[in-house]
Amino acid sequence: MAAKKPAQKTNTSGEELIEHYKKMLMIRRFEEKAGQLYGMGVIGGFCHLYIGQEAVVVGLEASAKEGDSRLTSYRDHAHMLACGMDPKGVMAELTGRSGGYSRGKGGSMHMFSAEKRFYGGHGIVAAQVPIGTGLAFAEKYNGTDNVSFTYFGDGAANQGQVYEAFNMASLWKLPVVFVIENNQYAMGTSLQRASSSPELHTRGHAFMIESEAVDGMDVLAVKEAGERAVAHCRAGNGPYILGVKTYRYRGHSMSDPAKYRTREEVQKVKTERDPIDHVREMLEQGKHATTEELKAIDKDIKKVVSEAADFAQTSPEPSLDELYTDILR
Amino acid sequence: MAIQILMPALSPTMEEGTLAKWLVKEGDTVQSGDIMAEIETDKATMEFEAVDEGVIGKILVAEGTEGVAVNTAIAVLLEDGEDASATADATPAPTEQAPVEETPTVSTPAQAIASVDIPMEDIPEGTTFTSTTVREALRDAMAEEMRANEKVFLMGEEVAQYQGAYKVSQGLLDEFGDKRVIDTPITEHGFTGLAVGAAFGGLNPIVEFMTFNFAMQAMDHIINSAAKTLYMSGGQMGCPIVFRGTNGAASRVGAQHSQCYAAWYAQIPGLKVVMPYSAADAKGLLKSAIRDPNPVIFLENEMIYGTSFDVPDLEDFTVPIGKAKIWRAGDDVTLVSFGIGMKYALEAADRLADEGISAEVIDLRSLRPIDYDTLINSVKKTNRCVTIEEGFPVASIGNHLSATIMERAFDYLDAPVINCTGKDVPMPYAANLEKLALVTTDEVMAAVKQVTYR
Ligand SMILES: Cc1ncc(C[n+]2csc(CCOP(=O)(O)OP(=O)(O)O)c2C)c(N)n1
Ligand SMILES: [Mg+2]
Repeated sequence: MAAKKPAQKTNTSGEELIEHYKKMLMIRRFEEKAGQLYGMGVIGGFCHLYIGQEAVVVGLEASAKEGDSRLTSYRDHAHMLACGMDPKGVMAELTGRSGGYSRGKGGSMHMFSAEKRFYGGHGIVAAQVPIGTGLAFAEKYNGTDNVSFTYFGDGAANQGQVYEAFNMASLWKLPVVFVIENNQYAMGTSLQRASSSPELHTRGHAFMIESEAVDGMDVLAVKEAGERAVAHCRAGNGPYILGVKTYRYRGHSMSDPAKYRTREEVQKVKTERDPIDHVREMLEQGKHATTEELKAIDKDIKKVVSEAADFAQTSPEPSLDELYTDILR
Repeated sequence: MAIQILMPALSPTMEEGTLAKWLVKEGDTVQSGDIMAEIETDKATMEFEAVDEGVIGKILVAEGTEGVAVNTAIAVLLEDGEDASATADATPAPTEQAPVEETPTVSTPAQAIASVDIPMEDIPEGTTFTSTTVREALRDAMAEEMRANEKVFLMGEEVAQYQGAYKVSQGLLDEFGDKRVIDTPITEHGFTGLAVGAAFGGLNPIVEFMTFNFAMQAMDHIINSAAKTLYMSGGQMGCPIVFRGTNGAASRVGAQHSQCYAAWYAQIPGLKVVMPYSAADAKGLLKSAIRDPNPVIFLENEMIYGTSFDVPDLEDFTVPIGKAKIWRAGDDVTLVSFGIGMKYALEAADRLADEGISAEVIDLRSLRPIDYDTLINSVKKTNRCVTIEEGFPVASIGNHLSATIMERAFDYLDAPVINCTGKDVPMPYAANLEKLALVTTDEVMAAVKQVTYR
């Protein structure tokens, strides 16, 4: 990862920066709380946190418009928060309660919102890639100018179905933004150990898909790249690939001891490239917010998260007859 | 208000752990994300990070303490402006706690499950036994076969440097090096096809699927390439390969990660399919599978990886594929199962004995070929049968056994055969629903009462 980026001078308005800041901080606090609830045994199974990657989804959602769709892997909590889903409903799904988005039946890895056009939450690595391509197929078929944001990891980028999807997306000029969230590890396997070509955004060249590499620790850079990608797709030019370089601070899931990297490596990214600190510095330097205002934001967010956690622990478990509902319509 | 920091659960199956090391001391200021302590779980040593910011007011559990139960208060954190006197009335963080039984669906018994009183075929008199976990037994089997045959190699996701996602391949990279213990990218369809090609080329691959759920990505190569080539080539070339990994429901991992594939693979001519329960069978059958000249599907179960059983101390202990094992002799009813289903069968048999019902318990161990004779002979004796498995009910192994019993022992039956299975639903995530979706010992008991008219 590149060395520390100075808080750049930007034409971005203070208001917009504050919006990004709030969304990213919301994700971080939510994930920290989820980790804590997991530690208490209130959340079970697998739980994959997004801490460190916040700028990616927040930047991209800033380039989306009403009616666009999105889907991702099991590391999905942030994508739901960023597209406007209710933190209470997300947290209650993590605890497996009836107030959750899937009424407790899906869990952390499998959540959906028809209203927000969030198509999951997919537990099988890369399965969402052809599905996201299919959502784009439907947009084109229906003659809309909406796009599909299809997120997947650096590890997922090695699955064959990704390339089958690339080929069809390009062949049929489908409006899909492929977002490769390269957090540099797939479970315990670093990108170098799994990929013959480290520049993941070039993976679409053989299919003539336009692409670019993006600094995923800089929310403004992500947003600008997102806007280029989206404009390309909406104009009917077919898919676009963003190879977004980012970093996950926590283990792959809650039970990963993360022995495959050093504590120093993680610490270095945290101190030098933290995406939230970066925006905070811009806010402070541009005098867009006082220390008090930032504290107040932090407090408000903590309150929302703590209310979500309370809701998630007091919402009742699903009723027992739910076992047999929703299998077929 | 001061906050109590609680001992965290750091894996889906952790109930207690060792507080190995504090990285903060009383009076230190911590930020969320700071590493506060190292905690040893059942599987690994994990770093424990602060969630809230504040000052460490008091450390309640000293480093080096073993057996600290999840959710025990281990330290007190003071928030802005509080002093240490606040530690006295520190309130625990949110009080609602997970019911303990919510975590592992199957608890791991502390003692080894001894099976020495049961006749074990081909074990010489005077053999000694060592209590071994299923996890270790599987690793030992692979290590012994890799020592014996240099054509044997292990390939899969996280099998080498990470020592296995479920730590089954622990130590193999160290002993055999990266030529023979190979980390793959996440490309199941690709590496499965590649391994089939390597088997055609004269090698003996062991392919680990991180879980069998992901083998669905590779299904075409398993069925169309591995299972059928011997036949299609008129016997010219076969495919000596083992596909192994954890199968079936784990704990709270939801629909896409909780499925039993026993019945799926058992349907395919050209495959052998085994699903051991005990550590001895896991070891003996895996060694046989690696030596077998055919493709073998080897179905393990995460919930019993940590369970210990007695394993014979023999230089070269193998268990033949295609032979069932009678765990317990009985007269009133035959309970037949395999894999983790055996846990329910054996528990039920114990409880039934207390009620004066004598159950014979058969572990099929192999699902292709199936040892029909052992089953039929038992049913001819007990005249009643209950089958037990965690998989879906439709076209289950139990359905097939029922049909076979009907064909071969119809006149001996005093009651219809009952199949106890998982429910006909995708696995729900919610704790209460997950419990309902799985087969239970109570259901086995009820089925036995029904076939014995009690
Ligand atoms: C087909 C398949 N194979 C393996 C797994 C197990 N698994 C879950 S996540 C993961 C790593 C994926 O890494 P990456 O795509 O980089 O995403 P990240 O977790 O870093 O967000 C693996 C191997 C799976 N869920 N599905
Ligand atoms: Mg990754």
